[in-house]
Amino acid sequence: MVTEAISVRSLSKLYATRDGGVAALERISFGLDEGEFVAVVGPSGCGKSTLLKILAGLLAPTGGSASLRGTPIAGPRRDIGVVFQAPVLFPWRTVLDNVLLPVDVQGLGRDRYLGSAMDLLALVGLREFERRYPWELSGGMQQRVAITRALIHDPAMLLMDEPFGALDAMTREHMNLELQRIWMERKKTVFFITHSIPEAVFLADRVLVMTPRPGRIVDDLRIELPRPRSLDVMTSSDFGRYTRHIRGLFNVKGGLDA
Amino acid sequence: MRSAKNITLSVVLFCASVVGWEAVVRGFQIPPFILPPPSQVALALWRGFSSGLYLEHLSHTLLETMLGFIVGSALGLVLGTAVALSRPVEFFLYPYIVMFQSLPKVALAPLIVVWFGLGLTSKVINAALIAFFPLLVNTMVGLRSADEERVSLMRSLAASERQIFWMLRLPNALPFVMAGLDVAMIFALIGAIVAEFVGAQKGLGMLIQSMNFNMDVSGQFSILLILSVVGLLLNRGVMIIRKRVLFWDPSEKERIDQERVSA
Repeated sequence: MVTEAISVRSLSKLYATRDGGVAALERISFGLDEGEFVAVVGPSGCGKSTLLKILAGLLAPTGGSASLRGTPIAGPRRDIGVVFQAPVLFPWRTVLDNVLLPVDVQGLGRDRYLGSAMDLLALVGLREFERRYPWELSGGMQQRVAITRALIHDPAMLLMDEPFGALDAMTREHMNLELQRIWMERKKTVFFITHSIPEAVFLADRVLVMTPRPGRIVDDLRIELPRPRSLDVMTSSDFGRYTRHIRGLFNVKGGLDA
Repeated sequence: MRSAKNITLSVVLFCASVVGWEAVVRGFQIPPFILPPPSQVALALWRGFSSGLYLEHLSHTLLETMLGFIVGSALGLVLGTAVALSRPVEFFLYPYIVMFQSLPKVALAPLIVVWFGLGLTSKVINAALIAFFPLLVNTMVGLRSADEERVSLMRSLAASERQIFWMLRLPNALPFVMAGLDVAMIFALIGAIVAEFVGAQKGLGMLIQSMNFNMDVSGQFSILLILSVVGLLLNRGVMIIRKRVLFWDPSEKERIDQERVSA
């Protein structure tokens, strides 16, 4: 059997509270193939951010196991790139220095990565902005810097936690197209968390649907839409079928109406 | 606010109040040992500078202030870092630091002069003691205020605690540290002057004291004038450095504007 990029086996996370505990995740299992784009969609509080934190090694699970390319996750690792909801740039660093942050932290040698930093900035359309500071950029541009930073050390996979949640609708659609382009060019395994059903369907090869209390995966849906997908795909009947199906799951489980 | 019209107006107002002051003192024949007219203050200023007397004492006070500022800030920075980074240090040391801070440190000046003599040392120590606390508190708060998400980002990159300190916490604390330096600068000047009041051979504080005994009120006024200009210049100096260091801080411009209003 080929080792999966990510393999999660009956993973649980229990948060201690005054009256016992809250199960943020309850015995979740799934796998990601190498190069696959998987989106997790669910309402807030369904444990999807907890799941991402566990995969990023920022949080320890209370049960089950998660492994990355066959080795169990036991803390932060250098072969993943994380993109958060906010760009989380350092204001005292230029765009280029922000992109090179992982290189600095991991002592990889700036000289060797300068070229690929410039290539990546060109890839996200920020070629002329490398000497600017974060506050000189728009929200969408800042998030593109964050994506570039997550890619710079050539990680095996990309974990994205609602990366476009803070952007306006127009910028968001544009960023979705950009991300698809970057992904098709770089062929990374992507684990993408969102609460937007259309965004999940538009971007992903597979959509995992989560419902809260306890956090559970209720469906694992393969999206058979041809690539590259244009924004027009959102008006197709297949697209509508997928989104309707997912929305139906939430209504049955009371996820969105709760 | 900075239009040519307003600047002219402010100059006119200044001249008018000086002339008014002079007129009131002469008109009501107020004795100069109660309130000297500005002409006499100007005369005292000129005499003091031309004889070299003021410069000698001014440079001495400045030296005390700067040394006290440097020692106090360095101490505050180091201790603030220690308290911020180490829970045990905070637990055992911080209560004493707070107790010490609630003490009006001006009251310590006589003791310090007794312990360290009439010379430079006692003034530097007194200035440093007063300058130290704003740095301590601001460094502590600054180092602890690093955004959780940024810390998460660093951790997700497998950064060590040391790297998180140097790459994130320290630069993040700089705006706080600079604000502390701002206050510490003026505090150091106060500390130096107070210690000179208590007992000194040189310095502007000592000069004010001896002029007071001689009923030389216009002389005292002239030194107060010098002190306020010195305070202003020291403050501006720190502000220029702050602007350079914190070029990236979006609140910087706003803060400077606010200070201009409150000043």
